[in-house]
Amino acid sequence: MPTTAPAFSDATASDGALRRFLHGLPGVDAVGLEARAASLGTRSIKTTAKAYAIDLAISMIDLTTLEGADTPGKVRALAAKAVNPDPTDRTTPHTAAVCVYPDMAATAAAALAGSGVKVASVATAFPAGRAALDVKLADVRDAVAAGADEIDMVIDRGAFLSGHYLKVYEEILAVKAECARADGTDARLKVIFETGELSTYDNIRRASWLGMLAGADFIKTSTGKVGTNATPANTLLMLEAVRDFREQTGVQIGVKPAGGIRTSKDAIKFLVLVNETVGEDWLDNHWFRFGASSLLNDLLMQRQKLSTGRYSGPDYVTVD
Amino acid sequence: MSDNRLSVFKTYKLYVGGKFPRSESGRVYEVTAKTSAADAAGKGTWLANAPQASRKDARDAVVAARKAFGGWSGATAYNRGQILYRIAEMLEGRKHQFVREVADAEGLSKSKAAAVVDAAIDRWVWYAGWTDKIGQIVGGANPVAGPFFNLSTPEPTGVVAVVAPQKSSFLGLVSVVAPVIATGNTAVVIASADAPLPALSLGEVLATSDLPGGVVNILSGKTAELAAPLASHQDVNAIDLTGADADLAKELEIAAADNLKRVLRPPVSRHHPEKEAQSSDRPQAVDGDDWSADPGTHRLTAFLETKTVWHPTGALGVSGSSY
Repeated sequence: MPTTAPAFSDATASDGALRRFLHGLPGVDAVGLEARAASLGTRSIKTTAKAYAIDLAISMIDLTTLEGADTPGKVRALAAKAVNPDPTDRTTPHTAAVCVYPDMAATAAAALAGSGVKVASVATAFPAGRAALDVKLADVRDAVAAGADEIDMVIDRGAFLSGHYLKVYEEILAVKAECARADGTDARLKVIFETGELSTYDNIRRASWLGMLAGADFIKTSTGKVGTNATPANTLLMLEAVRDFREQTGVQIGVKPAGGIRTSKDAIKFLVLVNETVGEDWLDNHWFRFGASSLLNDLLMQRQKLSTGRYSGPDYVTVD
Repeated sequence: MSDNRLSVFKTYKLYVGGKFPRSESGRVYEVTAKTSAADAAGKGTWLANAPQASRKDARDAVVAARKAFGGWSGATAYNRGQILYRIAEMLEGRKHQFVREVADAEGLSKSKAAAVVDAAIDRWVWYAGWTDKIGQIVGGANPVAGPFFNLSTPEPTGVVAVVAPQKSSFLGLVSVVAPVIATGNTAVVIASADAPLPALSLGEVLATSDLPGGVVNILSGKTAELAAPLASHQDVNAIDLTGADADLAKELEIAAADNLKRVLRPPVSRHHPEKEAQSSDRPQAVDGDDWSADPGTHRLTAFLETKTVWHPTGALGVSGSSY
């Protein structure tokens, strides 16, 4: 597994080189970015395209429960829902994954065995990431050992914002190493930037490149635990980053907006962004995910509306 | 100077979730004054462009009404009564505007319109008083053969779609909306198609009366276009068909059966008692009826569900129950 694309190996040679590289990235035209994201959000997706988009969005969801009050029972209930989101309609696709805290990963893995739904576990002292590196790595090790197929790590925003890019880079490398399993395979690594704490679009672009250089399999907007989560604009910016990265290195990287995506309309807007920015190669749950919980119910209600012609309501989906 | 002043026309908007959006569809339609002369000529004076709501606006209104239901139904009856009374206070302050709008909408003289508006305000006050009394009237302690307290209490049905009367644009409207919300339901109201302006102005009053956003949502447009998706909507618990004509009412009732909505049929005409006998399968809408009559409590009780609880009083000892 190449950790750094060879084309950029000198960019990560030292703290100074990495800083020069990241600060050498073109600045983001914030007004243009938001206008572009907003204009793509006005596309009208109807009938068969809408049905396709709804099923695609369901299949891209990382159905998430990250609460202090999570119980094994709640995780099992969520796993059952991920496998079979709408028991009244067996043609509904299953979600991509269930996303839980590391101590619940084993419960989720047992409940999802053989279903095709992946187990994603947050790790590295999620959501703040304020812990010693040893602790973070132990967290990852535990999650992988418990059967997590995917690890969602948070970057050290304190180090990033104070300009210690190499520290962030090395931390991602170390976590990536812990994702290796005994049988030679790897858990896929999603790197969360917490875009709401990065303050500027320029920082989000830098973080995206930093994550990709360090070998992230996915770059993810946010934890869902702060005020500003995934927005169309910051997701568009990250999609542009993975597009440019693939052009330069040939390596394809996934994107996961998370938090604050609650309606089918929002989800479909994101799919339009994906299609128009990086193209169909990313319209697959191997490369694009939604970190969400309440979104699934809205998608199911929309799906029921399309199949019955009647507007559905919350009485016809589960209460999670 | 004042002669040269440009008049400021009011943009009438929908009232959904406590906000005043235009129709999602961007459509408007012309609302004209009703006068006997205009009727004869077949067209009246232009009054305003009203938003022509679409089924998506109806859906948004249901979402808003559902969101508001928990808070409104959970508020104390006393609190709901105070808020309804506050609405009457606000109406009183804007009486002149409503008199003008009702006179234009219904072709009434100023004095007759004023009487209609007074009656509408009095009706709010009347229903405001009922909020904390209806429970005693239709609920109560039931005598049962066992050591139990057996208590029945009325609870609101949920989200109620209201097809407001077509002719009585204000008194009729108030008479169908107030009882629905008095008992803790939330409402999606389809205003009179030809005379929606008093209803849309009522939205402005509701927005300034401590009534939580979403408790009442007011849509204007074509009645059939808006009522059909509401009647089949799985998240609407009841529908009041007062303003629907006989054919539409039948169609809506069939659609409403799908999720077992509670249905309040259009009132049967008092002017045609002979129709009453044959009206079992097709009630005759009567919208022209006199809304000034004593409304009674049937509109309050139409959208209530009775919950009965059995509470053990403890085993009957040798000396019998201590209760």
